Amino acid sequence: MDQYTLNILVVGATFALYIGIAIWARAGSTSEFYAAGRGVHPVTNGMATAADWMSAASFISMAGLIAFNGYSASAYLMGWTGGYVLLALLLAPYLRKFGKFTVPEFIGDRFYSRTARMVAVVCLIVASVTYVIGQMTGVGVAFSRFLEVDASTGLFIGAAIVFMYAVLGGMKGITYTQVAQYIVLITAYTIPAVFISLHLTGTPIPGLGLFSEHTASGEPLLGRLNEVIQELGFGAYTVQDGSPLAVMNMTLFTLSLMIGTAGLPHVIIRFFTVPRVADARWSAGWALVFIALLYITAPAVGAMARLNIVDTIYPNGTAEAPIAGADRPDWMNNWEVTGLLNWDDKNGDGLIQYYNDKSDGFAATASERGWQGNELTVNNDILVLANPEIAQLPGWVIALVAAGGLAAALSTAAGLLLAISSAISHDVVKATINPNISEKGELLAARISMAVAIAVATYLGLNPPGFAAQTVALAFGLAAATIFPALMMGIFSKRINDKGAVAGMLAGLIFTVVYIFMHKGWFFLPGTNQFPDTIAGSLLGIQSTAIGAVGAVINFAVAYVVASRTADTPQHIKDLVESVRVPRGAGAASAH
Amino acid sequence: MADTSHSSSLTAEGEAYWKANLRLIVGCLIVWGIVSFGFGILLRPLLSGIAVGGTDLGFWFAQQGSILVFLVLIFFYAFRMNSLDRTHGVDEE
Repeated sequence: MDQYTLNILVVGATFALYIGIAIWARAGSTSEFYAAGRGVHPVTNGMATAADWMSAASFISMAGLIAFNGYSASAYLMGWTGGYVLLALLLAPYLRKFGKFTVPEFIGDRFYSRTARMVAVVCLIVASVTYVIGQMTGVGVAFSRFLEVDASTGLFIGAAIVFMYAVLGGMKGITYTQVAQYIVLITAYTIPAVFISLHLTGTPIPGLGLFSEHTASGEPLLGRLNEVIQELGFGAYTVQDGSPLAVMNMTLFTLSLMIGTAGLPHVIIRFFTVPRVADARWSAGWALVFIALLYITAPAVGAMARLNIVDTIYPNGTAEAPIAGADRPDWMNNWEVTGLLNWDDKNGDGLIQYYNDKSDGFAATASERGWQGNELTVNNDILVLANPEIAQLPGWVIALVAAGGLAAALSTAAGLLLAISSAISHDVVKATINPNISEKGELLAARISMAVAIAVATYLGLNPPGFAAQTVALAFGLAAATIFPALMMGIFSKRINDKGAVAGMLAGLIFTVVYIFMHKGWFFLPGTNQFPDTIAGSLLGIQSTAIGAVGAVINFAVAYVVASRTADTPQHIKDLVESVRVPRGAGAASAH
Repeated sequence: MADTSHSSSLTAEGEAYWKANLRLIVGCLIVWGIVSFGFGILLRPLLSGIAVGGTDLGFWFAQQGSILVFLVLIFFYAFRMNSLDRTHGVDEE
């Protein structure tokens, strides 16, 4: 059976499974549509949360970022997992106790302010829409590479599948589909990693293999990797840039990712689906267990893939000549077609020179060897997808990785679309436009909003704005600077009032957005930025990706100052805060 | 939905429960910060003498150790809080 048929069979089988779940898990009430009837087991919810959270960025891009940035990419590993500690300790149990359906609803009720609710809706929609564009384009890329249809056809197929289970089943359909998608994506991620780890270190567990001995050289794997890439003029893989500014930026970037993760609405609403407050606490732990299975493997995949690439290009060691272009392996040819891997024979000798041509220290060696610049560029994003081909694994593994990448993108897209559509039907339509809407009417409004959200996401996926790749900083920055502080103050302070919360959210929002625009261009238009987005050139010595943490501090400070100078919160709000702090009385809300 | 109807005045028991919760949160967050921002980033130079598989302990914390500690922290917190709920009589059933 050829590779194409295998890909179609495996991806087709997973899609049939998702559609089967969609038909089985239809939603009959708003409680089922928004919160899966609050009857989801904490372990099940943990697994669904893991799929909800791990997007195309985690599955496809992260290992590549680690491979080419080494130690400094640790910010992603710590930031995207450390946020779950904040979620479990500071937000999830209390918001579950509150027992409503959306994040803006809590902010609106707790700060007794429609303005606060609308500011939260705007932040939620901007953060979620920018995030969903990346998922939709990821679906298109995976389809075009593995199923040989064009990206737009692939996008329509993906959107149709999401439409089936998200519109019919709402949160209920999404939950059980995400469980299936988690199993597909973790299997697809782990199997190639195990083979590669066995091959390089003899250890079947990639996370242990990373710190084991490299069988071929008898040295520790990371020591060997440091050595070979330094011989090509790259910085050591494990080295830390110890300058105070670099250390501060890595710290702030990690913190921004952590509080951004805890403040992303599509993750928070997953914790509304479990029956009890105690379950919300356990469930956050289970979510991190399932996430960690991928996140412990990812740094091993990154380091091993980097070593494999160097060994492929320099089969006789970095001191000898690299391979000839004519002898390059098939996987390089396959990926050159997509433009994500490129070989440019600058000195016309027919060999592939891969080295760091920006290193002054290596320039002399390079010119001595007659090299005229690095000839091989590898996009971060192909690493995981190309991994099974690089390691020469059987065809079914390649097909499984295709299905895994699609599962990661579709599961996150569905979670984001639910957060967007419930904010529209529940926070805008029901709370503002038509408060007397019936249960049936609201369910219909929720389904229509979902369908519209899918259509908008598909359109944006087909015509991605040029800034799509830049907007991840915006999504995390907004969640970190607006939503997380508002939720935390709402639970841990009785004193923060309506005016304090609105002023704090607006200050955090404006500061963060303006800072990002000043460095990445206004509305991401190229050339309109006032400062280069580098550590040295930036306004405050902080890169725009790390600014969310500063925005959060500004939000807290402004809210505190404004609240302490305006009227105290009314008694019924203090009572509300006290009631969310104790678990008793939450169970009644569940409808099984 | 949200149980906003119950009595508003905070009992001594309720106050002790909330204080115990805050102490637990602060303790867990100190550990959370030490393993990630501390061992993984700021204090890494101090740990550079401790070799782990071809690199140093700080690198291990940054790429693996902190995640494992985060897991332990969440389960520890859930376990302690669920028993605090019971001893203070605020558990769900």
